[in-house]
Amino acid sequence: MNIVVLVKQVPDTYSERKLDASDGRLDRDATDAVLDEINERAVEAALQIKEANGGSEVTVVTMGPDRATEAIRKALSMGADKAVHLTDGALAGSDAVSTAKALAKVIGTVDGFDLVLAGNEASDGRGGATPAMVADLLGVPALTHAREITVDGSSVTVRRETDDGVTVLTAELPAVVSVGEKINEPRYPSFKGIMAAKKKPVTTLSLADAGIDAGEVGSAGALSSVTSAQPKPPKSAGEKVIDEGDGGQKIAAFLVSQKLI
Amino acid sequence: MAEVLVLVDHVEGEVKKSTFELLTAARSLGEPSAVVVGAPGTAQKLSAALAANGAEKIYVAETDRTDFLTPQVDVLAALVGSASPTAVLVSASADGKEIAGRLAVRTGSAWLNDVIGVAGGDGVSATHSVFGGAFIAEAKSNTEHPVITLRPGAVDVEATAGAGTEQQVEVPAASGRGATVQSTEPIVGGDRPELTEASVVVSGGRGVGSADDFAVVEGLADALGAAVGASRAAVDSGYYPHQFQVGQTGKTVSPQLYIALGISGAIQHRAGMQTSKTIIAVNKDAEAPIFEIADFGVVGDLFQVAPQLKEEVAKRKG
Ligand SMILES: Cc1cc2nc3c(=O)[nH]c(=O)nc-3n(C[C@H](O)[C@H](O)[C@@H](O)COP(=O)(O)OP(=O)(O)OC[C@H]3O[C@@H](n4cnc5c(N)ncnc54)[C@H](O)[C@@H]3O)c2cc1C
Ligand SMILES: Cc1cc2nc3c(=O)[nH]c(=O)nc-3n(C[C@H](O)[C@H](O)[C@H](O)COP(=O)(O)OP(=O)(O)OC[C@H]3O[C@@H](n4cnc5c(N)ncnc54)[C@H](O)[C@@H]3O)c2cc1C
Repeated sequence: MNIVVLVKQVPDTYSERKLDASDGRLDRDATDAVLDEINERAVEAALQIKEANGGSEVTVVTMGPDRATEAIRKALSMGADKAVHLTDGALAGSDAVSTAKALAKVIGTVDGFDLVLAGNEASDGRGGATPAMVADLLGVPALTHAREITVDGSSVTVRRETDDGVTVLTAELPAVVSVGEKINEPRYPSFKGIMAAKKKPVTTLSLADAGIDAGEVGSAGALSSVTSAQPKPPKSAGEKVIDEGDGGQKIAAFLVSQKLI
Repeated sequence: MAEVLVLVDHVEGEVKKSTFELLTAARSLGEPSAVVVGAPGTAQKLSAALAANGAEKIYVAETDRTDFLTPQVDVLAALVGSASPTAVLVSASADGKEIAGRLAVRTGSAWLNDVIGVAGGDGVSATHSVFGGAFIAEAKSNTEHPVITLRPGAVDVEATAGAGTEQQVEVPAASGRGATVQSTEPIVGGDRPELTEASVVVSGGRGVGSADDFAVVEGLADALGAAVGASRAAVDSGYYPHQFQVGQTGKTVSPQLYIALGISGAIQHRAGMQTSKTIIAVNKDAEAPIFEIADFGVVGDLFQVAPQLKEEVAKRKG
């Protein structure tokens, strides 16, 4: 089974995230970057499917700046077999539609994929639609927000869990599956895994290599543009009192003064 | 005036409130046309409510197809072609974002996701609130018929009657390359308001200490008619179910009043609640970062303070 995992490098959420006021883009230099936690879970899911299906191969695909190689290394040290990194200056400023188009093109360069795994939602853009968009472009089914994945021969069944409820979905392979937060606990890379990752193949593709028209991506191909981005003034601290047996009453008095009760 | 397509979100024969918000927002861009996709017999149950909330036209797309979300995408894509709408509005739910994203890919439209407001005039633009409200960004569409998902609760419903003229739409046959729905179990809401829609939220953190002790959080919530939330630490410790997690990897809430009990106020938690109008914090630790954003804070034991507050609230209710 040929499994592709879409991974994204994101700003570490322990650091403060900013939008650049000049172009409304995520200021990626202001923060440390890590492999998104949800993508570690997607890699874990891929490895578990690989382990249950002999002769499988896991390919990690990412689109992002040069330093996204760190995210790739993490996925490889967990146990993925190889990686494809789409990186090109012209990709900067890509919106969701062009990102999905570019990813679909790159997935097409991976020989005979059976299953594409992704996170349900990235922690920076939080679009939550890239996997479905990629599936639509590839003409394959999208089974998203998976809590459980069962691969059985040529079909896949997913227990999809969202705020609105649980849906059991099934489809023939190839298919795109996105995983939710509760799918699994990702493994830590072992020392052996980290050493082995250094020798695993990483193919770097430019737009031209991947056959993508530079006019369709990045700022040039943007279907929408951010016209302004302003930080909201942070909320400042109000009154703080120490409970002397009347803390609850004091809150009640405050709520009354604010007409909240 | 040009049409604005609004995808109707419905469950068990009822229109969801978020759809009325879409109809209200749509009026600032053009004439709202509601699009009902569902099993045969669905539209007749929904039409009256849609018309009462401003739908000028109701497109009825009824089908027995069981492929997941694809009928909605197919129907909207066909209507974008035939009606040339100013925009397509969809609720920013998990399903809505997927439908909208797939539609944008097919129609070559801008995808403006999870917006809190829309504006017409010289093209269509939208307002985003990102990183838990830390930034406000304006974006404009560079294409015709942008596909926009609107965050539930962001727009106040203003009901204005519309003509509600029904028009049947033919639903194309399934392509065979979709996912099939085997079964569905909707989440059964309890008696408390829905977390993301509630005007008051009472949340508990690791400081609550156990699943049993969450009764203190629930007790205060019920006195206030509030929804209950939890920090990730409380969820990970098994005190409260995951669907109630507030924060960057949970729900984003923006109620009139947010009460944090035994929550330290980590940046990832704040990302999900810092746009609340009024924030109250109770924490033993005077240095807890939650106090930095609290309008009123009590340094103390939540097991003392919360029950007392509950009593005060009950007293005032009489
Ligand atoms: C704050 C913010 C708001 C934005 N709003 C919009 C908007 O309204 N409209 C719009 O068109 N664009 C928007 N964008 C840009 C858009 O998010 C990105 O262009 C696009 O990469 C989608 O990413 P996501 O983070 O939304 O992904 P999601 O759809 O949330 O990601 C889900 C999964 O898809 C896969 N994936 C996503 N991106 C990549 C990648 N680059 N490489 C490999 N796998 C990937 C991963 O598996 C990921 O876990 C926004 C970006 C930011 C930072
Ligand atoms: C990628 C990522 C995503 C995350 N997403 C989220 C998210 O969505 N939501 C979220 O909440 N967190 C999230 N976190 C976790 C976050 O970093 C914190 O660990 C978490 O919010 C802490 O929860 P807490 O405040 O309940 O626990 P703690 O930080 O342990 O705080 C407990 C507090 O309770 C107080 N306390 C103890 N006993 C009492 C008492 N009797 N009375 C009063 N006060 C008491 C203590 O003083 C302390 O301040 C995320 C982390 C990461 C890395």
